[in-house]
Amino acid sequence: MSTPVIEISGVKKIYRMGETEVFALRGVDLTVTAGELLAVMGSSGSGKSTLMNILGCLDIPTAGSYVLDGIRVDGMSRNDLADLRNRKLGFVFQGFNLLPRTSAVENVELPLLYDRTARWTNTRQLAAEALERVGLGARLEHQPSELSGGQQQRVAIARALVTQPTLLLADEPTGNLDSRTSIEVMALFQALNEQGITVIIVTHEPDIAQYAHRVIEVRDGRIMKDHAVAAPRSAADDVARLDAEAAELAAGVTKEAA
Amino acid sequence: MKTKSLLTMAGGSILKNKMRTMLTMLGIVIGVGAVIVMVAVGNGAQTQIEAQIKNLGTNLIVITPGSTAAGGASQGAQTFNRLTIADADKIKSDATLLSAVSPVIVTRTQVITGKGNWRTEINGVSTDYLTIRDWNVTSGSLFSDDDVNAKRKVAVLGATIVKNLFPDTDPVGSQIQLGHVPFTVIGVLDAKGQTSSGVDQDDVVLVPYTTAQDRLSGMTFLGQILASAQSPNDMVAAQEEIRGIMRESHGLLGGGADDFTVRDQTAIAQAATSTTSVMTGLLAAIASISLVVGGIGIMNIMLVSVTERTREIGIRMAVGARGSDVLTQFLVESVVMSLLGGVVGLAIGFGGAAILGHVMGWSTSTPLIAVFVAVGFSAAVGVFFGFYPAKKAAALDPIQALRYE
Repeated sequence: MSTPVIEISGVKKIYRMGETEVFALRGVDLTVTAGELLAVMGSSGSGKSTLMNILGCLDIPTAGSYVLDGIRVDGMSRNDLADLRNRKLGFVFQGFNLLPRTSAVENVELPLLYDRTARWTNTRQLAAEALERVGLGARLEHQPSELSGGQQQRVAIARALVTQPTLLLADEPTGNLDSRTSIEVMALFQALNEQGITVIIVTHEPDIAQYAHRVIEVRDGRIMKDHAVAAPRSAADDVARLDAEAAELAAGVTKEAA
Repeated sequence: MKTKSLLTMAGGSILKNKMRTMLTMLGIVIGVGAVIVMVAVGNGAQTQIEAQIKNLGTNLIVITPGSTAAGGASQGAQTFNRLTIADADKIKSDATLLSAVSPVIVTRTQVITGKGNWRTEINGVSTDYLTIRDWNVTSGSLFSDDDVNAKRKVAVLGATIVKNLFPDTDPVGSQIQLGHVPFTVIGVLDAKGQTSSGVDQDDVVLVPYTTAQDRLSGMTFLGQILASAQSPNDMVAAQEEIRGIMRESHGLLGGGADDFTVRDQTAIAQAATSTTSVMTGLLAAIASISLVVGGIGIMNIMLVSVTERTREIGIRMAVGARGSDVLTQFLVESVVMSLLGGVVGLAIGFGGAAILGHVMGWSTSTPLIAVFVAVGFSAAVGVFFGFYPAKKAAALDPIQALRYE
């Protein structure tokens, strides 16, 4: 068994809305080991977004402990959380969240510029390499508005990868994409996971969850199910099959025409 | 975060909104430009007045007959209501705080040469006159004490006379006639220009006062006596000293009002200087109000910008920007904007002052300090009015900011 990347126990999150208290999380225990490809499922209001925010060090739990890659996160200051996000985490969002009117390579370079340890020297070069890794080596200078949804999400993934994070967190990464592009993006996540990166994907689509190795279901602020997927689907194979079908279809059309 | 990437980032963000940036900067541009123009005009006026004071002569004291305050019959009863050569000699010999004294006999007559004639003012003066008036001879020389004592008929011409009667030649050595008396020209005065009241100071001929008294006016009384104090600090004491000497000379020791006036012309000119310096300050103060208005414009735009870029701030925070990074970024943006505006305003201010000076014929000059103050002030405006929006941006919650639509 490899070392745990995430260890949370008894995590609660309570939001105060005037007089009433809203329990977003009612005690969650979760351990994620290095190299996992984990899907977090749940309907809206289940608490999965809150869990995501806490795992992403954007929010701190009201109670319970959170250890990320051996570092105790709960009780950290805003600045320490910011530094931790920079060093350990990569985010991919549903809405891509790229800086508008800023080239792809500049977008990817952004996290490197906020690094406080001075470990990156040639930031522009590293950003270009990350874009190469997600297959956008030819689109370095394109602005988000000049890229398709799938390409924008690839830029976002490159931005998440560029700091060599311990953990890649994706919040509904395929929510704004059509089904074929969704599968392509999942294929990219699977490929990155095979290269050793731990990936957590939050989704409410079972189709997407079937590409993960392990699926947990969150409901009413608790983890209701936690099961390994015996034989996860390969997104790359699905893409290949879709291509083959499309080719067949095209061939059929040509035959009919003849 | 490195300074270089901070500046690139700020520059990039400013360039992305060119129109908005320009409009925001306009406030500062106008503010700084207005300050520079106002200071240039005010300062130019001041410099001009200072030059005029210098032109009047160094530490000039003027003694004129009669008292401006006293008038009426009692004055007429006194025998000594005129200045005489004796007064001038007594001041020269008794005063300890004066460096030069010269009687001035004023008459008007025709200057006649072979080529033409010109009516002008003839001043009979002593050899101290040029020292007192801070005046120089460009060609030839002034008459000597010997000339004065011997009552020689020698004359020194003002630049206007030379221009009119000797257009292309050096008059030194030529013969002229003042009225009916022949004189030899021995020198030409430096051009001094007009006084503030528009009197041409170069329209004059200087002759020894002894000669003037004897051959030209025939008067024993002087128009005025000019004196020069040894240093500006002695001005008040020197005037008091002259007053004492004059009262003694005029037999007023027993009492009675002064039948002469001792004036210090620089005091009048200095009053004018301080008036213009107050005006300059006032103009600059009014102009700096537009700088403040420009600063509020920057704050307004920065606040809009923070709201508009909430999601961007969220993204930056998600990838690891600290609150202080966001604060610095917005602060740098507003400072860069206001500094750029300041520099452009400076250029426009200088251009505007030059054009105004050219069109209106005013002399303008901008002291270097005004440049630094204007640019420094515009940077300060950027920091001051940029801080609140930047602080607001830095305090955003990353989760809220990311969700902002």
